[in-house]
Amino acid sequence: MTDTSNKPTGSASKTGPIARFLRATEIDTRLLGMVGALLAIWIGFHMYGVIFNDFGAFLTPRNLWNLSVQMCSIGIMATGMVLVIITRNIDLSVGSLVGVTGMIMGILQVEILPQYLGLGNPTIWIITAVVGILCGAIIGAFHGWLIAYRGIPAFIVTLGGLMIWRGAAFLSNNGKTISPVDATFQLLGGGPYGTVGATGSWIVGGLACAGIIWLIYAGRRNRIEHDFPLRPMWAELFVGGLGCAIVVGAVLLVNSYPWPKGIVNQWAAKNGVEVPAEGLFISHGFAIPVIILMVVGILMTILMTRTRFGRYVFAIGGNPEAAALAGINVRWMTLRIFALMGALAGLSAVVASARLNSATNALGLLDELYVIAAAVIGGTSLAGGVGTIYGAILGALVMQSLQTGMVLIGFDTAVQQIVVGSVLVVAVYLDNLYRSRSK
Amino acid sequence: MTNTQNPLVELRNIEIAFGGIKAVDDVSVDLYPGEVVGLLGHNGAGKSTLIKCLSGAYKKDAGEVLINGKSVEINNPRDARSYNIETIYQTLALADNLDAASNLFLGREIVTKSGMLDEAKMEAETRKIMARLNPNFRKFNEPVSALSGGQRQSVAIARAVYFNAKILIMDEPTAALGPHETQMVAELIQELKKQGLGIFLIDHDVHAVKQLCDRAAVMKNGQLVGVVKVDEVTEDDLLAMIILGRKPEHLAA
Ligand SMILES: Nc1ncnc2c1ncn2[C@@H]1O[C@H](COP(=O)(O)OP(=O)(O)O)[C@@H](O)[C@H]1O
Ligand SMILES: [Mg+2]
Repeated sequence: MTDTSNKPTGSASKTGPIARFLRATEIDTRLLGMVGALLAIWIGFHMYGVIFNDFGAFLTPRNLWNLSVQMCSIGIMATGMVLVIITRNIDLSVGSLVGVTGMIMGILQVEILPQYLGLGNPTIWIITAVVGILCGAIIGAFHGWLIAYRGIPAFIVTLGGLMIWRGAAFLSNNGKTISPVDATFQLLGGGPYGTVGATGSWIVGGLACAGIIWLIYAGRRNRIEHDFPLRPMWAELFVGGLGCAIVVGAVLLVNSYPWPKGIVNQWAAKNGVEVPAEGLFISHGFAIPVIILMVVGILMTILMTRTRFGRYVFAIGGNPEAAALAGINVRWMTLRIFALMGALAGLSAVVASARLNSATNALGLLDELYVIAAAVIGGTSLAGGVGTIYGAILGALVMQSLQTGMVLIGFDTAVQQIVVGSVLVVAVYLDNLYRSRSK
Repeated sequence: MTNTQNPLVELRNIEIAFGGIKAVDDVSVDLYPGEVVGLLGHNGAGKSTLIKCLSGAYKKDAGEVLINGKSVEINNPRDARSYNIETIYQTLALADNLDAASNLFLGREIVTKSGMLDEAKMEAETRKIMARLNPNFRKFNEPVSALSGGQRQSVAIARAVYFNAKILIMDEPTAALGPHETQMVAELIQELKKQGLGIFLIDHDVHAVKQLCDRAAVMKNGQLVGVVKVDEVTEDDLLAMIILGRKPEHLAA
């Protein structure tokens, strides 16, 4: 660095401009790496299409919108798996929990509730979803009890659960698929009608931007109040601006994907709207499952970073003995963590079965592997004590991007499996390198 | 210090065994307000195990614990804390992945009205107490795994001191400290003693025990060799008790 003409003179330090920039903005380099990897995957698949198929299908509103919907089921569960792995446990049963809670909800909303409430009763979807989530929580709590209070290793309990609940899902309806599900329930899975539309998406985006600005403002006020060092003003503006720009970009993206013609005509006929000759441009906007994932992500982040519960999760992962000596009831915490994981599996089953418009006993098959992979790719350490919710959601997005991308360019399932498996191993290896370097 | 007061703590005939081996065998010690009682003994003598029965880390098999003359049940660390018993463990018992403030307030976090963690308040409080105990401490926003042995020890000490303990247990608090920091801990002990705390101090250094403590209890193989006033014995007497497991002749009743 020989150019000193326009460097700020205030902070004379040995570090380079990039390091200084990252320190000032407090942007996590790990996060940066993940976003970089994600962009590389996206651009790579797109360019592959451009070069070999004369058409880049990846970076289109349609594909990215579909991607956002497809990742939800895994993403929701990955946020819970973070807690499980941070506390040095594992949950192999989540895929089977999706299967069994999906079947319970299918039977409930198709065969039981309509008998008492009448077909299409508007409370059916609510009762169904609540029961599904509760059943997941109860099964998860039972696993947690076996692990924490009966001393059976989590690996064994949930490996057993993997088989037991898949079998139960089959037996629940003798292997038969239940379809279609309740019409309102179906909206929870996305699809053209299961979206919040253009205006709704702007409202969501506006709320998100307001939230970002408020967080930055409140953080700054807090630091001033306690005389802690402040971030430079430009860094605050940069982080806030970047966050809002990403939100606005996402809204523009989902709003630029229109309903297909058939859906438009169907909708117009039902609502007595005349469709002009050039057609109607009706935006999808954010899909409802994406909104669900966002809400789950925000709530789980609050849980992990702002509450005692989250603090204890990290403490148990860092040093279970120290946590116990600090008066934390480690067993009770473990039970609750597995219950939460089960509830999220139930919620994930809501989204997945709504999207398929059916409940099958194979729902969620192999999901445990993708969920664990998402959490681990997202930086959750299997040694315990380390992990973030946003990392796990990004990890789910990476996994789904790989999957979708390979389908788009026509890799067959066998190759997909090989690639996904390799990426998992390499990602964890790179993460180890990163961690040992930053020590 | 006069023995006419009620003792702050009485440990009576404490016993605890692991796999049939008695780690603590019928040990009785007491502690008065404003008193420092040293616990001496070889590695494996049972010192840490004994105080863990008081701090709630272990459940004793037999015996009785009295606080201010009243028999109490201490079943877990929470119970101990509710009697204002604070402990600095030999292992420090820090969660390595959390920062100093999170460790200091672990299990007793300050929360806002809405029930959320008040990180800023906790960090500010941590800065205050560390300024007193270890003025050079700067690493408030790093996990304690990034701290030196001495810095970690000062976090563990800060945690025990912050919450207005009446009974303080220090299990080899200076093991990782340099001479200067050790001197600071010695001064801290004097100061806390003046405030009327009762302190159990486990230490390997017979010289330090003679300087800091009022009485010394010596253990060997899980059993109590004897409790002596440090002014009535020499360092050699104490060493003899530790090694031979015998009270000095002039005190043997
Ligand atoms: N959790 C435990 N399980 C089994 N044995 C233990 C446990 N804790 C302590 N012990 C045993 O009790 C004895 C006393 O240990 P300790 O109290 O740590 O000694 P000190 O602190 O005096 O060096 C040792 O023999 C030790 O191996
Ligand atoms: Mg010891």
